[in-house]
Amino acid sequence: MNYETILSTKKIITRKKSPRGFKGSSRLMGKELQVAALENGTAIDHIPTKELFKVVTLLQLQRLENRITIGNNLKSRKMGAKGIIKVADKFFREDEINRIALVAPNVNLNIIRDYEVAEKKKITLPDEIIEIVKCNNPKCITNNEPMKTRFEVIDKEKVVLQCHYCELKIKKEEIVLK
Amino acid sequence: MKPKSLVNISDYGKEDIQRILKSATVFKANPNRDLLQGRVVATLFFEPSTRTRLSFETAVNRLRGRIVGFSDAATSSSTKGESLKDTIKMVSNYADLIVMRHHLEGSARYASEVSPVPIINAGDGSNQHPTQTLLDMFTIYETQGTLENLTITIVGDLKYGRAVHSLIQGLSYFSPTFNFVAPEELRIPEKYKLFCDKNSIQYKEYTDFSPESINCADILYMTRVQKERFTDLMEYEKVKNVYILHNEMLNDSKNNLKVLHPLPRVKEINQDVDDNPKAYYFQQAKNGMFTRQAVICDLLGLPI
Repeated sequence: MNYETILSTKKIITRKKSPRGFKGSSRLMGKELQVAALENGTAIDHIPTKELFKVVTLLQLQRLENRITIGNNLKSRKMGAKGIIKVADKFFREDEINRIALVAPNVNLNIIRDYEVAEKKKITLPDEIIEIVKCNNPKCITNNEPMKTRFEVIDKEKVVLQCHYCELKIKKEEIVLK
Repeated sequence: MKPKSLVNISDYGKEDIQRILKSATVFKANPNRDLLQGRVVATLFFEPSTRTRLSFETAVNRLRGRIVGFSDAATSSSTKGESLKDTIKMVSNYADLIVMRHHLEGSARYASEVSPVPIINAGDGSNQHPTQTLLDMFTIYETQGTLENLTITIVGDLKYGRAVHSLIQGLSYFSPTFNFVAPEELRIPEKYKLFCDKNSIQYKEYTDFSPESINCADILYMTRVQKERFTDLMEYEKVKNVYILHNEMLNDSKNNLKVLHPLPRVKEINQDVDDNPKAYYFQQAKNGMFTRQAVICDLLGLPI
């Protein structure tokens, strides 16, 4: 697996080609680049630093063989510090990418083609979350049977889920990933 | 097409509830019929509950259906580690309908998703027990002649009481007014107050069991205040005798008032209430059988 994690902002990486459209993750900080530019693929920018590795889990990046760049605690004018994920030659399906709205609903999602931002996307929480969240009720059937969990999203703004089975309501800060 | 099951009282809309109550009235007039002849009903009680099981089994027997099942998980294959899914798949090969009680919450919903035959939830942990709600509603309807615009005073454990929560949901279609009487620690949870607000249902909360809350009521619904629900045992000692109904407390109550209780009762209704014609909890338990006959026939699509 091609897996590159950059946790320092001091590393200088030379790009093959100057990025014109996609500035978010490849912004020049003087002569420093925070994260390598992407030729084709998906760049997820402005991830809250605390949620970065949850986003990695939600997207199941560990299963991919694509070249992946993960940066965290990078300087951000908007957020102070942020995380970035770039996945080369990967264009996520909507239901795959929408999962991350559970932990990071305000990320910038950029589809990159030939170093340019070809498309900017907003992520929206789906109406139903299947399998990726664990029910917090130890007496819920989903914690006692070999089965998929299923949650209805009952408040998209505040991110409140309700277990389809035991009906327990789970707030955003209580969400535990499977 | 998937069969309709009864897992949660919210699976039933206003018309469904009215249809069930109408059928229950027919069964109460004549509970011994041949409607289930040639049918097999499975009663799977992974957790023992004598009262509920006997009520379901009598309901089936009086309609000449046959029963298979178990009354305790110790005598089921789940002790060998069989999954609930496999048990339900196996039993649904034999039976036309499954009545299930299980200690795990959400088990009935899951069973209804894997079963090709209807499932009746006879209690899934502290989650739902919808036939209790329907029998409560049938009893209210029977004694008051209507479900509309009634004042219901609910007393005791309003925090954990499954029957109470489902009753609030079930009655929400019929413009009720609720008085919630509970000790501070066992007050009605915020989400049910929000539910009432959302459905324009009026309610008042009391921490004392006052004559005011009794005398304005059409139904007085008593529940148990259990010691194990208290984090502060001092608090339990303070309130344990506050939420007990004595006969003289009914002196100034409305003529149409009926006292209900999901049973078993411990101390919360004094024995001197039993002979008061306003005491209706034993008839209420009996109504469970007619209501369950109505639900079983409804799910099997049998005209009554």
